[in-house]
Amino acid sequence: MTSDEAASRLESGMTLGIGGWGSRRKPMALVRALLRTEITDLTVVSYGGPDVGMLAAAGRIRKLIAAFATLDSIPLEPHFRAARERGAFELMEIDEAMFMWGLHAAANRLPFMPVRAGIGSDVMRVNPELRTITSPYADGETFVAMPALRLDAALVHVNRADRQGNGQYLGPDPYFDDLFCEAADTAYVSCERIVDTADLAKEAPPPSLLLKRHVVTGVIEAPGGAHFTSCVPDYARDEAFQKTYATTPWPEFAARFLSGDEQAYQSAVKEATCPE
Amino acid sequence: MSGVSRAEYCVIACAETWRDAGEILASPMGLIPSIGARLARHTFSPDLLLTDGEALLVTPDGTVEGWLPYRQHLTLVTGGRRHVMMGASQIDRYGNQNISCIGDWTKPKRQLLGVRGAPVNTLNNPTSYWIPKHSRRVFVEKADMVCGVGYDHALDARHHRIPRVVSDLGVFDFTTPDRSMRLASLHPEVTVDQVKEATAFAVTIPDDVPYTRDPTPAELHLIREVIDPRNTRIREVEA
Repeated sequence: MTSDEAASRLESGMTLGIGGWGSRRKPMALVRALLRTEITDLTVVSYGGPDVGMLAAAGRIRKLIAAFATLDSIPLEPHFRAARERGAFELMEIDEAMFMWGLHAAANRLPFMPVRAGIGSDVMRVNPELRTITSPYADGETFVAMPALRLDAALVHVNRADRQGNGQYLGPDPYFDDLFCEAADTAYVSCERIVDTADLAKEAPPPSLLLKRHVVTGVIEAPGGAHFTSCVPDYARDEAFQKTYATTPWPEFAARFLSGDEQAYQSAVKEATCPE
Repeated sequence: MSGVSRAEYCVIACAETWRDAGEILASPMGLIPSIGARLARHTFSPDLLLTDGEALLVTPDGTVEGWLPYRQHLTLVTGGRRHVMMGASQIDRYGNQNISCIGDWTKPKRQLLGVRGAPVNTLNNPTSYWIPKHSRRVFVEKADMVCGVGYDHALDARHHRIPRVVSDLGVFDFTTPDRSMRLASLHPEVTVDQVKEATAFAVTIPDDVPYTRDPTPAELHLIREVIDPRNTRIREVEA
């Protein structure tokens, strides 16, 4: 499947989970494909990085569910920030652990999970729909009942995958990509390289086989598909290009880098990074 | 002791955060807390666990001793075996911390990072703060968006604890009857008036305020020659 085919299966109004973390192993080729469609009015669920920034800048987000958005080496995501400051979308701002337990609830077909987080903070003030639950046991402690974050679709990027949807990460952290796929009705996995199933366990031991095919809908071979975020050990974050992204006005950035297909993007990046 | 910079006193004050902490994860955020945590690990808290800033647990010389991806890190937080030192864009008299946004949350004047893990940190493991530039903009009467929970909001949350706040002016704690902020020590050459001027709320000033302790010669050697030979610490606190 191609990135554009995956994007064509998405629809306006969907709840979309995006894997990775900050500016690390984000499924950027899929986000770029999404930006080439007219799909909008999205609820985006993400440990936010430039995925959130780009979709916000392009006006595709109706509601964001997040604990933060950052570019890591550039602490504040500029387009997320600008969009928030003009009140461009609805925000469900929750804690990182609440977010994780919301995905766990969805993956386990539970309506909520009790979480010791949120109480006492303004997360409760800005999310008046959040409910608490008291332990039925002797301790009697009160917790936040974090609602399931069920997703219509998940987009994630890994290092390797086979055609059946078994996905492998080779970097230091799986982030929550498996959980995003388990919490979603459909999951689209892009990877640096599609390999034969028999080769998966040759490059790294079986615990690196993060994604199981039964929760994966489609596999896309997208070399450089996390660019400009990191996808170690295949490549580190492209700090120079990330800086270009962060400092270029969005219409200019979009016109220069996002007006064509993925190949055009990669050529434009190459041209911008090492001009002849 | 002469010749010790303000940044080095801040390192000592941060390192003291992890004294007698035992075999827990030290999670310093910021340059000076990171130097402080490594100093503590090198000297009086040799059992501390440290990360490389991502998913690996490393010894002071960088040797990998373990794996701590985010999912396990969050369990370590809720298990309580961690003492984090976070930053703050705002912190108020009860230790409520804000890193989310300035102004009205619905349409902020200035969007910052977001709440991140501050709510879960403060309800589960000891949480201290590091403020490299003590000012009225940071030490505010009331935090605009409570991310890290302070003593007035935590009520009797069973694992809530804010051991200390370290700034470039001094060290603060919450050992007052109403758990509001108190000046615990001044860095040498700082005056009580400087602290009062740079703080937007009335911080409790004890009758007798000690100075932050001097580094030992061995600690100074570690800071200057081993942990931070390139003197990155002056990027956070000058001189």
